[in-house]
Amino acid sequence: MKDLISAKELTKDDIYSILDTAESLHEINRRDIKKTPALRGKTVVNLFFENSTRTRTSFEIAAKRLSADAVNFAASSSSTQKGETLLDTIKNIEAMQADILVLRHEASGAAKFIAERSGTCVINAGDGINEHPTQALLDIFTIRRVKKELERLTVTIMGDIAHSRVARSNIWAMRTLGMRVKLFGPPTLLPNDPKALACEIAADKREAVQSDVIITLRIQRERQGKLLIPSLREYSRFFGLNSEDLKYAPKDVLLLHPGPVNRGVELSSSLADGANSAILDQVENGVSVRMAVMCALRRQ
Amino acid sequence: MPLMLKNGFVVRDKVVQTNIIIDNGKIADITDELPQGAADIEVLDCTGLHILPGLIDMHVHLREPGYEYKEDLKSGSRAAVQGGVTSICSMANTNPPVDNSSIVSWIKRRSDEIGLCDILPYAALTKGMKGEELTEIGDILSAGACGFSDDGRPVASSEVMRRGLEYTRFFGSFIACHEEDAPLFNGGSMHEGRVSAECGIKGAPAEAESIMVARDIELVRLTGGRIHLCHISSRRSVEHIWRAKEAGLNVTAEVTPNHLTLTEEMCRSYNSFSKVNPPLRSEADRLALLDALKSGVIDCIASDHAPHHLDDKLKEFDYAAFGMIGLQLIVPLISRLVEDGVISWSEFANITAANPAKILNLSDRGVIARGKVADIAVIDSKCEYIFDESINVSKSQNTPYWKEKLKGKAVYTIKNGKIVNTGS
Amino acid sequence: MKRVIDGSEIARILERLTFQVIETVPDLKELALIGIHRRGVWLAERIRKIIEKHRGILLDLGSLDITFFRDDLGEIDYLPKAFSTDISFSVTGRAILLVDDVLYTGRTVKAALDAISEFGRPSRILMAALVDRGHREYPIHADFIGKKIPTGLSEEVLVHLSEIDGEDNVYIGVPSTDTKIGGNS
Repeated sequence: MKDLISAKELTKDDIYSILDTAESLHEINRRDIKKTPALRGKTVVNLFFENSTRTRTSFEIAAKRLSADAVNFAASSSSTQKGETLLDTIKNIEAMQADILVLRHEASGAAKFIAERSGTCVINAGDGINEHPTQALLDIFTIRRVKKELERLTVTIMGDIAHSRVARSNIWAMRTLGMRVKLFGPPTLLPNDPKALACEIAADKREAVQSDVIITLRIQRERQGKLLIPSLREYSRFFGLNSEDLKYAPKDVLLLHPGPVNRGVELSSSLADGANSAILDQVENGVSVRMAVMCALRRQ
Repeated sequence: MPLMLKNGFVVRDKVVQTNIIIDNGKIADITDELPQGAADIEVLDCTGLHILPGLIDMHVHLREPGYEYKEDLKSGSRAAVQGGVTSICSMANTNPPVDNSSIVSWIKRRSDEIGLCDILPYAALTKGMKGEELTEIGDILSAGACGFSDDGRPVASSEVMRRGLEYTRFFGSFIACHEEDAPLFNGGSMHEGRVSAECGIKGAPAEAESIMVARDIELVRLTGGRIHLCHISSRRSVEHIWRAKEAGLNVTAEVTPNHLTLTEEMCRSYNSFSKVNPPLRSEADRLALLDALKSGVIDCIASDHAPHHLDDKLKEFDYAAFGMIGLQLIVPLISRLVEDGVISWSEFANITAANPAKILNLSDRGVIARGKVADIAVIDSKCEYIFDESINVSKSQNTPYWKEKLKGKAVYTIKNGKIVNTGS
Repeated sequence: MKRVIDGSEIARILERLTFQVIETVPDLKELALIGIHRRGVWLAERIRKIIEKHRGILLDLGSLDITFFRDDLGEIDYLPKAFSTDISFSVTGRAILLVDDVLYTGRTVKAALDAISEFGRPSRILMAALVDRGHREYPIHADFIGKKIPTGLSEEVLVHLSEIDGEDNVYIGVPSTDTKIGGNS
């Protein structure tokens, strides 16, 4: 595997191989000396065209624990502001002999565009509304650590599915693993063609929570456009999740959220901090999964 | 010296193997007889080749003035005649836009100087193409504009479109409409549907087009004006046009070879050469367009030749420019429809020449007949080639057919009796 | 493939080897065992049982996966399947007996030493291997060797243990595509 661009392209074997590798790396992250020489001498460049401190930090820690040199390239303060094209930026970084490029970009397909035109290994850390494959892998890793097996589970994804790369990557990978995926959200935030994603649409919240795992997505009204959600208060009432809603869910339902949580909007504080929540585990697992992905990449 | 096209398949109502004699820039005769005194006539052996009226492409972006790095009047004219096209209507969205009579006159003069094909300029419907005030329609028409269009962007205001239709009607002209409900299009990069959902690309629904088609048909009904609907791409639009024609309204429509042969599936690769406005749509839409073309609901083919420099295309899909080149692709793509038995050679001639001539009120061309201007395309329907630098003469190469294998090529193009493309 | 050691000989070898360890480390409370994945872990487990049988002490046992400490991880064209490292005791100040099935180039042992040093600072590290097949590429030796078996570079040494393979045997031969690669270090 040269690049990790999309969860859609991963086979079942690919996914399990990354999860297994992450499992063995996970222990390293709990040692006093959290380091292996696996990527010693390699350079990992984090190229983030969108701000995301936590994802970038997670990749940075992952690279450093593998003994790679991690460099952060904040695109807003760089030459892209001076009119340099994405391709030129990449060629420049490539010329400095970077081994792995971690790319976050606001345009769908940007990571694929770069991967096809660069010898450097590319990890897609989020491209527009398309995919965020490492988030899906870490979500699935978190689910497997708790539920032990994956293939017969039902997962509900709640919130802005239409504009969520997290939802899309999860849907592809979970479908590949034979998991059942339900979607729930206001119609303005559901994909225009749910058939294309082969998911069920839950008719109401009660049906939505009848699931082994619930992933709530972050609502960003300022970004999604004010037309799609009348107000956060209304969203929280009809589409958010609180303890009351969980009455109809299995006792051991697992709650995930890609973070950062808008407390009281898509998820109530009592749930985010409660016994069913694995939100902080996701953050921890993110490092292990990203280490596993970095180890799996090979230049052609 | 007169010119004889010898022994070709002459495409008229029927396809007949015969000879065409051209003299003084006109078609002098169509005859099975070989003329006497053969020494005084230049002979072009057309055995095995199809002879069609020179193509009339009602929708071309030539980019000059302002964007000469993408295309200019000369390079665009060369691409036209290499593609068998002898008359082209240039769109007004240049920089500055073609919104006054002096730019129209200048383009007509340059067209004569270049001497390859007739460039018939559209002028903008509104000043600066801002969609607010009408241009000097009468003055511009007397300078030789072929019609009016803000193509590249829609006329958002129904009121402006209404007044434009009323005013152009007085002068006997028409408006070519780029149909797009911009707020509904909402920054989409491709057709909204299954593929956009799978690929995570923001889509624009087909209704962004058909809503405006319906609006402008309503305004034709209101005003008695005339519209020509550019690059129709969806089944719903076709249904509106069919009803308008049934009602006897003054509505015509064009479709591009790209929308007839390609679908949204092309966008799966995130290759920005597949990004065009209106977007490539579903297979059901494509089939509806073919049906509409066969049944006459759609009148003609236009390339919507929209050259873009690689710098504008070699980008993230969302940021890449919309558009595809097309002048040299009409012949191969429409020949394919003939080969596949979808249309006949005579229909080919009607949709690429006769019907555009009628829409543009050009009575001197569009068919092969005695006395008409000798604008002729000679097509080798068997010729196979790769569409690459060796064939493409446009300054740009943005087409999904780039480096693809094509079949069917204009081997000679004759403009006003003069051979302007010798096929080399 | 040719069998070079059978099950009963493996048992005898481990018994002898364990007594050598006991002689070398008189204070068994100081000693901890770390097996290298995969078969080294089971050999270490057997050594632990022998010590328990004779001395009544159950030693600490850890397992070590050296995949992410390999010096060729970036060069091989696939990512090997990694197993979990589980060292739940502090190695600092302890005598560590590192156990593997086959000692070969010494690179695995080198990686294991690197990995162990990340857990702390043992007072000393000893090495035990069931088979020493020669061809060292690093200046590394084993303190306790079950059996020295001269081999050619094209040959392969396969250790089969009942816990993983359902039988106790050591084979030598030229690898063919249909034999599973066993623990050759």
